[in-house]
Amino acid sequence: MAPQLEIQIIAVIVAVACALPGTFLVLRKMSMMSDSITHTILLGIVLAFFVTHDLSSPFLILGAALMGVVTVWLTELLSRTRLLAEDAAIGVVFPLLFSIAIILITRYAGSVHLDTDSVLLGELAFAPFDRMIVGGVDIGAKAIYTTGVLLLINLAVITLFFKELKLATFDSMLAAVVGFSPALVHYGLMTLVSLTTVGAFQAVGSVLVVAFMIGPPVTAYLLTDDLKRMLLLSGAIGAVNGVLGYQLAALLDVSIAGSMAVVTGLVFLLVFIFAPHRGLISALRRRSNQKIEFAKATLLFHLSNHENSEEEAAEAGVDTIQVHLRWTPEFTAKIMRSLEREGNIRLLDGLARLTDEGRQTSIRNYNTLFSR
Amino acid sequence: MSSILALFQDYTFQTVALGSTLLGLISGVLGSFAVLRKQSLLGDGVSHSSLPGVVMAFVLLGSKNTEVLLLGALVSGLLATLLIISIVRHTRVKFDSALALVMSVFFGLGLILLTYVQKIPNSNQAGLKRFIFGQASTLLQRDIELMMICGLVLLALVLLFWKEFKLVTFDSDFAQSIGFSPKKLNLLLSFMIVLAIIIGLQTVGVILMSAMLITPAVAARQWTNRLWVMVTLSALFGAVSSVAGTAVSSLVPKLPTGPAIVVCVSIIVVVSVLFAPGRGILHRLYRRRKNRILYKLEGGVPNGSAT
Repeated sequence: MAPQLEIQIIAVIVAVACALPGTFLVLRKMSMMSDSITHTILLGIVLAFFVTHDLSSPFLILGAALMGVVTVWLTELLSRTRLLAEDAAIGVVFPLLFSIAIILITRYAGSVHLDTDSVLLGELAFAPFDRMIVGGVDIGAKAIYTTGVLLLINLAVITLFFKELKLATFDSMLAAVVGFSPALVHYGLMTLVSLTTVGAFQAVGSVLVVAFMIGPPVTAYLLTDDLKRMLLLSGAIGAVNGVLGYQLAALLDVSIAGSMAVVTGLVFLLVFIFAPHRGLISALRRRSNQKIEFAKATLLFHLSNHENSEEEAAEAGVDTIQVHLRWTPEFTAKIMRSLEREGNIRLLDGLARLTDEGRQTSIRNYNTLFSR
Repeated sequence: MSSILALFQDYTFQTVALGSTLLGLISGVLGSFAVLRKQSLLGDGVSHSSLPGVVMAFVLLGSKNTEVLLLGALVSGLLATLLIISIVRHTRVKFDSALALVMSVFFGLGLILLTYVQKIPNSNQAGLKRFIFGQASTLLQRDIELMMICGLVLLALVLLFWKEFKLVTFDSDFAQSIGFSPKKLNLLLSFMIVLAIIIGLQTVGVILMSAMLITPAVAARQWTNRLWVMVTLSALFGAVSSVAGTAVSSLVPKLPTGPAIVVCVSIIVVVSVLFAPGRGILHRLYRRRKNRILYKLEGGVPNGSAT
């Protein structure tokens, strides 16, 4: 298989594998935990290395994954005291563990190739050099198989425990009441996140792990309200980001991991601006609509308040309304035009007067606002 | 003892210690606000996000002066902060997700730019990444002066806008209702936090900077409910742990400065969480025990030991 194709396959597998647990991280407001874990697994690797003295030992992976869970546990322990917020707990725990790792490396393992860069900035471009050879036959890059197994584990766990995860994510009280332990689900999920992070950083480097884990789910979050659809969408978006990112990197001859992260950002930016209902444009449009609707209702109330009263001439004059409501002349004119077009008011002798329909609308507005 | 005395007379040690103390002080003060506003991890996000700015500044201005690189870092850190704020304001995406996304994307952009720079012949790009990851022992007198100026400006701003920041931090709705603009104040405060993070970058590095911002403030929070006490304590904790960390790393061979400082400040947090009067865990246990005994004295049956 061509190395280019292999790199893209690995990227797609990693992207989907990361997006699945990432979806739950985003929904549970624990996105930064992924960043925390990507840093602390270094300590796990270092400690496991001190035990095994072998850089290729599978125990390093195990140590890393375990340290991820320990990180979560320590963070929970701190934030459960309620003496500090959850984000502060994350920010206290991971720099400490990371610092300990760096101190251990510089003091006791200076001669070993175990530096921060190799953990923080994994290189996808070199992944195809590491071959999987079974019975003397080369059957593809090793990373395809390791990340493939990871993807299968994630898929299996999330399909099997879908309803538990869903319930514990959206209503942990109810989950506890009906007998699923939210804590168990939580640690199960975090073990998965930890495993995925460890498996993925070897292939793509830790910063890209965060981009892959959080980017696609956040993008999907702006497109759907349905958990299943969000999982599928984020997997698909992750895969697209991986392939596009590789093409961009090949085109410009730059860092593959970096370009995948940037594509993830660009895709999010597109969705952020244009997403129906939840994007920037529709949010701004909705806000300005609300402003106009509110102004219309206000003007109708104002008119019906002063209708047939002595001060009507002063309060409801076409040119004086803006003074009483403290609006700009343009805005007032716009609102009045719009109300007139809808047949709610009529302009007569320099006065704005309610029509029958306007009176009805005003009463209706009043009832929807105040009759609870 | 004599080795410690000799250490404090050492010029390199004085420079590094002065630099990290300044940093501890500044980040202690601004970190208090970040922690109280539940934006603790902004430090982590901004420091990662500064990579593309550093590389861009190098490419565009062709200089590796600290000021130039810091300017680049500042611009991209600010850009990232603005993006995060606008994502949170306009969509239902939460702060933490927006932070994680923006920070990883910016860092990715930085990686792209780095690989691009490496292709320029004779570009002398070595050390750009090192800048982000920090190296306290390479601090120069000039860097310290820069930190001092920035620090003074930041502290003056904090004093000047003290009541405004206090108000916005604790009750931004009320601040708005009496005529302050929380939007502008938040922006100013975020800008100041970003500046503090950026000047800390080259001392302790990208990852440890987030610790310098959060940890002293978290520790200080345990001892008091008053803002000014918290800010003062936090600055003190930051400064003390910086001196201690620098001293330990100079006395013990092969002990990097940044991580040593982080370990020192983390010890302060653990002590504070355990022993702080009123809030601390030990005090809480003591109170619970006392209540149980009082309850028993009044003839009640304490929980768990029924019948």
